[in-house]
Amino acid sequence: MQSFDLEAQGLRALNSTLNAQSTETNQTVWEVTNPKGSHAIAVGLDAPIEVNVKGSTGYYCGGMNKQATIHVHGSAGPGTGENMMSGKIIIEGDASQYLGATAHGGLIVVKGNASSRCGISMKGVNIVVQGNIGHMSAFMGQSGNLVVCGDAGDALGDSCYEARFFVRGSVKSLGADCEKKEMRPEHIEFLKEIIAESGVDAKPEEFTRYGSARTLYNFDVDNAGAY
Amino acid sequence: MNSHDDKGIPHTTPRQSATFSADVNSDIRRAAATGIYDIRGGGAKRKVPSFDDLLFMGASISRYPLEGYREKCDTSVTIGGLHASNPIHLDIPITIAGMSFGALSGPAKEALGRGASMAGTSTTTGDGGMTPEERGHSNKLVYQYLPSRYGMNPDDLRKADAIEIVVGQGAKPGGGGMLLGQKISDRVAGMRNLPKGIDQRSACRHPDWTGPDDLEIKILELREITGWKVPIYVKVAGARPYYDVTLAVKAGADAIVLDGMQGGTAATQDVFIEHVGQPTLAIIRPAVQALQDLGMHRKVQLILSGGIRSGADVAKAMALGADAVAIGTAALIALGDNDPKYEAEYNALGTTSGAYDDWHEGKDPAGITTQDPELMKRFDPIEGGRRLKNYLKVMTLEAQTIARACGKNHLHNLEPEDLVALTMEAAAMAKVPLCGTDWYPGKPNTSY
Ligand SMILES: Cc1cc2nc3c(=O)[nH]c(=O)nc-3n(C[C@H](O)[C@H](O)[C@H](O)COP(=O)(O)O)c2cc1C
Repeated sequence: MQSFDLEAQGLRALNSTLNAQSTETNQTVWEVTNPKGSHAIAVGLDAPIEVNVKGSTGYYCGGMNKQATIHVHGSAGPGTGENMMSGKIIIEGDASQYLGATAHGGLIVVKGNASSRCGISMKGVNIVVQGNIGHMSAFMGQSGNLVVCGDAGDALGDSCYEARFFVRGSVKSLGADCEKKEMRPEHIEFLKEIIAESGVDAKPEEFTRYGSARTLYNFDVDNAGAY
Repeated sequence: MNSHDDKGIPHTTPRQSATFSADVNSDIRRAAATGIYDIRGGGAKRKVPSFDDLLFMGASISRYPLEGYREKCDTSVTIGGLHASNPIHLDIPITIAGMSFGALSGPAKEALGRGASMAGTSTTTGDGGMTPEERGHSNKLVYQYLPSRYGMNPDDLRKADAIEIVVGQGAKPGGGGMLLGQKISDRVAGMRNLPKGIDQRSACRHPDWTGPDDLEIKILELREITGWKVPIYVKVAGARPYYDVTLAVKAGADAIVLDGMQGGTAATQDVFIEHVGQPTLAIIRPAVQALQDLGMHRKVQLILSGGIRSGADVAKAMALGADAVAIGTAALIALGDNDPKYEAEYNALGTTSGAYDDWHEGKDPAGITTQDPELMKRFDPIEGGRRLKNYLKVMTLEAQTIARACGKNHLHNLEPEDLVALTMEAAAMAKVPLCGTDWYPGKPNTSY
């Protein structure tokens, strides 16, 4: 395992070292100490490596990640995993707002709660939250899945497209054009797999599915009030 | 009263209302019939104070000119040297503005790349991501980082020669984008990760940052991902130029793209285009002032856009302190947009060449603002690229002609002192004297 003291060695050195790892690297496990809420930790990675961050992170940890697994042993700041393409981010604590914004792929797991705008404009990522999520989550969500084992705040899935939302607890309110949907066997199957992969504690049958009613897909004057 | 009567009283001429003009009335009827606001492409069509209201004085006894064609007049510009290890070197200070693939066809984007590359300048992606044709044919390609993040990915980000964080567009400061279902072909839908044929809304605000403090962190993240190599531009609409430029520079931008209200858009509400934002002429001085107050003028480059059409506009923008300009609409016209040779087809669409602005409907007879395979075939990207190159060359020659006449051996040496204004408004906005006077409204040490 390679260890990296962020405070002593600095952000540029950390990211350039991690960015230099290729798909064939032998140095697959990294530990980052003293993150102290720094921003842009482990961004733009593109190698099948594992990065363990020993503490809490600031904005955009794991931004645009490809392939790598980033494990935050603390809480994560705004925009964690933004525009992630593939790979995995695991947050032991809570996640701040805009978690996984516009992310195209991969898996983000939060063991605590996530904040507002979780999964905003998500474009294919899977996000699993053990706790609750805040308001305006998955706003304009395009594709991917948001799985919430706790409750969701106001305006879930507002103006969403084809993203799917599974909530175990209550939903304070649904956003424009988001509706409750039927749980079919394929959804139970999907939840079974993703719950196992993310290691959260829940049963597939306990969830309700939500998604787009698709009434705002093409402008219709009778829906003008909903825009 | 205008009807005839038997007593021989003269009748008055029918009088149209200035308030309820034919235009306005047609808008009201359209609204009443459809229940939806008018969406269109292009920029503000109303007349606003502009570079046409400025004149160069040329040389005289106190200033001597340079010999046209003989004495050198440099046009090169370097953008982004402040923080980036690979700044962009351009032969001419006229760049191609960001226009989305989706709004424009693939071949049109290719032509922009070809023309810009031949002329020694950069072109810019747009909402919807980077296409291989565009990257392949563009020597210098600026990659836009937009609120929608359609097509955004780290691989393309690393292929870019510069990154442009789009905060706003002059045509619609505070507005998002729209691409109506007619233009969402399989390819466009695939790149944007959305179903085919649905209306696509682009958010008006970035999903993962708000405000100047966040912007600074966002810029840090993008630099870390791209190894501090490429310049990062911030594009803002002409809303509050002094503060926007100040905040963008403090957030760490290498260059500012400032877009006035005449600036084009692919599709936006007409009310937005015509009533929100400030004219290009009005925003340049406050922006330059902000850079000067920060000691950053010429260190952080200012790229001005919105209604730039000719070498005269380029020279005026540069004289007022811009480092370069960007063109959108003019580049499309050079490619063949709104060409009178398609007049019959424009008429069939209920319009006329020059006025055609329903770009969002995807029926462009010139094959530029469309995704229709048949219409696209009409447009030849090689010929289009050549035309754009010619046009860029002419603009450059025109700007050089003016600069030489003012005795400048580099376009950057043009200065406000070379200019006078034809109107009080232009004098106030450009802070150059009204013709024939030594005064402009708001001039220091004058009381009016
Ligand atoms: C067809 C079209 C598409 C555009 N798409 C974008 C875009 O995707 N992103 C953006 O920042 N600006 C976009 N713009 C605005 C241009 O980047 C630029 O600000 C504007 O065109 C400059 O003004 P001008 O058209 O008067 O030259 C678009 C403009 C046009 C005409």
